[in-house]
Amino acid sequence: MTITNQYSEQKAETVTVAKTEPDQFDIGDWTQTVGDPLLDDPRLSARNVDVFYADNQAIENVSLDIGKNEVIAMIGPSGCGKSTFLRTLNRMNDSIDICKVRGEIILDGQNIYDKSMDVVELRAKVGMVFQKPNPFPKSIYDNVAYGPRIHGLVSRRAELDEVVETALRKAGLWDEAKDRLDKPATGLSGGQQQRLCIARTIAISPEVILMDEPCSALDPIATARIEELIAELSENYTIAIVTHSMQQAARVSQRTAYFHLGKLIEVGDTDKIFTSPDHKLTEDYITGRFG
Amino acid sequence: MQTSTLIMIVLALTVGAYVLGRQRSVHLAQPLGGIKRLHSLPNYYGLMAAVWTGIPALVVLTIWSAFESSVITGTVLASLPASYADLSEARVGLVLSQIQNIGLGTIDGSELPDLAQAGELLASLNASSQFGKIALTIVIAILGGGYAWLRTSPALRARPQFELVLKGFFLLCSTIAIFTTIGIILSVLFESIRFFQSVPVFDFVFGTKWSPQIAIRADQVGSSGAFGAIPLFVGTLLIAAIALLVAVPLGLMSAVYLSEYANSRVRSVVKPLLEVLAGIPTVVYGFFAALTMAPLVRDFFQGIGMDGVSAESALAAGLVMGIMIIPFVSSLSDDVINAVPNSLRDGSYGLGATKSETIRQVVFPAALPGIMGGVLLAASRAIGETMIVVMAAGLAANLTVNPLQAVTTVTVQIATLLVGDQEFDSPKTLAAFALGLMLFITTLLLNIVAMSIVKRFREQYD
Amino acid sequence: MTDQPLNAIERMATVKQERMNARLKQRYNRERRFKAYGIASISAGLAFLAVLLVTIFSAGIPAFQSTFIQLDVTYDPDALYIDDASDPEQLRFADFDNAVRQSLLARFPDVTGRNETRALMSLISTASGYTIRDRLTENPDLLGQSETLWLMADDDLDLVLNGTIDRTLPESERRVSDLELTWIDDWDASGELDRRFNTTFFTRGDSRDPETAGVWGAVVGSFYTLVVTLALSFPIGVAAAIYLEEFAPKNRLTEIIEVNINNLAAVPSIVFGLLGLAVFINFFGLPRSAPVVGGLVLTLMTLPTIIISARASIRAVPPSIRDAAMGLGASKMQVTLHHVLPLALPGMLTGTIIGMAQALGETAPLLMIGMVAFIVDIPQGFTDAATVLPVQVYIWSDSPERAFIAKTSAAIMVLLGFLALMNLLAVLLRRKFERRW
Repeated sequence: MTITNQYSEQKAETVTVAKTEPDQFDIGDWTQTVGDPLLDDPRLSARNVDVFYADNQAIENVSLDIGKNEVIAMIGPSGCGKSTFLRTLNRMNDSIDICKVRGEIILDGQNIYDKSMDVVELRAKVGMVFQKPNPFPKSIYDNVAYGPRIHGLVSRRAELDEVVETALRKAGLWDEAKDRLDKPATGLSGGQQQRLCIARTIAISPEVILMDEPCSALDPIATARIEELIAELSENYTIAIVTHSMQQAARVSQRTAYFHLGKLIEVGDTDKIFTSPDHKLTEDYITGRFG
Repeated sequence: MQTSTLIMIVLALTVGAYVLGRQRSVHLAQPLGGIKRLHSLPNYYGLMAAVWTGIPALVVLTIWSAFESSVITGTVLASLPASYADLSEARVGLVLSQIQNIGLGTIDGSELPDLAQAGELLASLNASSQFGKIALTIVIAILGGGYAWLRTSPALRARPQFELVLKGFFLLCSTIAIFTTIGIILSVLFESIRFFQSVPVFDFVFGTKWSPQIAIRADQVGSSGAFGAIPLFVGTLLIAAIALLVAVPLGLMSAVYLSEYANSRVRSVVKPLLEVLAGIPTVVYGFFAALTMAPLVRDFFQGIGMDGVSAESALAAGLVMGIMIIPFVSSLSDDVINAVPNSLRDGSYGLGATKSETIRQVVFPAALPGIMGGVLLAASRAIGETMIVVMAAGLAANLTVNPLQAVTTVTVQIATLLVGDQEFDSPKTLAAFALGLMLFITTLLLNIVAMSIVKRFREQYD
Repeated sequence: MTDQPLNAIERMATVKQERMNARLKQRYNRERRFKAYGIASISAGLAFLAVLLVTIFSAGIPAFQSTFIQLDVTYDPDALYIDDASDPEQLRFADFDNAVRQSLLARFPDVTGRNETRALMSLISTASGYTIRDRLTENPDLLGQSETLWLMADDDLDLVLNGTIDRTLPESERRVSDLELTWIDDWDASGELDRRFNTTFFTRGDSRDPETAGVWGAVVGSFYTLVVTLALSFPIGVAAAIYLEEFAPKNRLTEIIEVNINNLAAVPSIVFGLLGLAVFINFFGLPRSAPVVGGLVLTLMTLPTIIISARASIRAVPPSIRDAAMGLGASKMQVTLHHVLPLALPGMLTGTIIGMAQALGETAPLLMIGMVAFIVDIPQGFTDAATVLPVQVYIWSDSPERAFIAKTSAAIMVLLGFLALMNLLAVLLRRKFERRW
């Protein structure tokens, strides 16, 4: 199996975990997602998506709509494919040679896996925040200005200054960072770094923000700030968040999707999923029988 | 008896001691209920006996052999009458070889009674030293073996003791690196100090005229101005700079392409091919530089109407040296680029950056300290490279930064001054060691700085 | 929020698509250009490699052939000035060159005068006299008789035949005169020239005459030198690596050792030559030009490489193996020698072979310790004066004679051949024992 070295670790995790999952939770003759995966006027819609890593199928026939200005949480035991699915939404899997995606993901009426789709444009529309805070080794200002600069979104320095300020304000980092904009971003605390990464994403004005377990590396106080921030951002942005923590999903999201072994088991309003799920597996997971 | 024969005898004794020691432990254990009564396996008793027999004897033999000749020579010289007391070093060497030849009977000593006497002394000293060496070595081996025999008992902690000896040997082996460094420092330092006694340090380091060949004439020994090393330093830096100008961009971009763009199939073919460049001996590059590259460079520049292009231009040597260190730069950069965490690349791609934007604006700045360290190591390589410049750069110590002129380098001069017959007290020979000292200090500093930069860079992302 | 004026990002969003599209083409062009730089860099390196190899191989191939001239040699007692070929004393003083001269003059009866005779003699190798002497020594009965022999031609004749000497040049710019060319053509036309595989090159030591110079002396010298290097550097390197990985406490000494090893790996090789000259030759009085000194110097030089690679292969042995053996009551030393060492050995061997390949290609430090001398005899032991392959390349490359360019290139081919073999061995070893934990 040929793996590009940069992703080998990640890939190995996906494959081995999927293989060692106990059989008793096998889905058996699963055919269809329980609940309402489809919406009337979606921002982003996935149809019959399959993802393969070489011969291993990581995602199987997932169809899911993500609505405008909603926060949708994706939960499930590790290795269930929720992160993989999230990364297919802005083609972050492109750089993995062995990764193949089938099916359609439609944004603004266009399949993002279409040949004519420009991945640079796509990612300017669908931003992403990662598990570990990953500020660039640059100043705070340059981190936020990075996106607008590479896309040429601003024409004057003053305009850029304003964009940076607005993004930092929206990310709730302005007060802490305004006096040290020219200092290296790596000097910020973990929570501040993650908010900087969110500010960096906001600065290119995306339509959708994907968050891949954004709080998993943070302490509870920093987590609380990020969760608040998600709530504020949901006024203007569509947010899809993958999380390990069911409580977090319950706190921040309006809808929740439950993944298991690469399949989308159940989708529904967060309240319903966490109080009266329809599928046995969902119930077992949220009641802590496994996961 | 030759020393090698003596060593064979000691080794034979050692093997014998092993067998005896092993048997004795088994023998001692018999009445107590077999070898399980022994502290360690019989093997270890044998090994300890071998250690006691062989090691002290070999140590004594080594020390004796190392100091034998200098002690004998000293004694013989001291025995000479006062008229020989203050001879120059070259004369001492001459007298010594005369004495040796008289001792061996190849020269008739009847005309030089003093030396004839010394010759006899030398011969007798040699004979007694030879006898003493053999006797002492064998006696010590037997004494050691006897001691081991006596101390063998079932309670002897043979295994831990042997393991301690072995560990001591391992430690000794790893300290060779320290001794090598000390050896380098001492060997270049002493000769350099002798050199600086005849040529002032200031004149050496800041002088602008280098012509050691003139200075060996008797009336000009150490004449000021002949050993000014500035032209060599400038020449070295000029060639190294040309080499780096070739190697750094090409090596860095190769590494970037291979680690960020190429798929694994291309990488598995191209990378080993590029590394072939690193495996080709420098003498081959030197031959190519002199035979092919230098005429090519000269013809090219004459073709575009430039005059005075030297046949041994700095450019030709620098270009070839640059190609030679491409794989070096490329593999160092490759390590550094791979050490930049992927989360940074993901962050950049996630914002819609293209690959080249990500590399230039995120990966390069993150890898910069590591790349700088790599460049410094490459510079140290280029400065210390010898064969290419010896064969392609020439000997003319021109003080110029024109890459089309011939220049000479520190390493070229070291090699030229020391190849062939040499007197060890002429400033010409000693100058090579002074240059060696400069070279060692420069590359040492570059290496230390580079390695600490790279180390700090690695720790940052670990 | 909707009744507030648009903030900076919202304002930007209104022109986002337009501005992005405006730059997109330029960005992709830059991307392509950047990628092209990468491809160009790699191509430059590989192209250079190809040019280097092609240049050297094409220059070296003629050296593997040498020309022989068919000549009727008369063992004429009058020409040799001897009367008894079984007397060694007479053979020592016999004038074999004269016999060759007479044979040549018999072949070209028109040749008269000293200059023309000398020109004719210059076409045959100076070693021909020795060839005849050896024949006569073996068969003393040949005295007074004659036989047809194939004698080695001078290197100039080789150069004419393989086109290195351009016949179309005016005579004054050519090493070989018109008259000599007519003789060569005469020989050639009557089939008295033969081009054969140059066995001399692989069986003899150095020589002043290109046609009789061989690499065997240098190969043997390299062999003795490498034997010393291997015998010292492998055990010492492995022992040092074991100590540093398995036993070394974290203290000042260990730190100093590690710094020293890393530093020595980057010290210029010529500095090791200075060390060898000052310590081994001047201080300990070991013989100059001897493989044993070369081996010692190269040992010190390759030790860091071997230690570093040996440490890496020890580190690759998983701790679980150590834990398992330790759990059975083995001592630390037993664990190391019985379990870790065998598993790490293939990796150590690979590193050692690569270190040996480096040592084989090393030239500069050996110049310092006198291995650059002109040595005709094949070295017979570790203390005989010898040279090594890369130094032989250096010596020949310095020779003014045209034919030595081909010899130099051929010696490089031999050197590269050995290096390729060693690296191949290392690769095979790695493949065979590669283990994934």
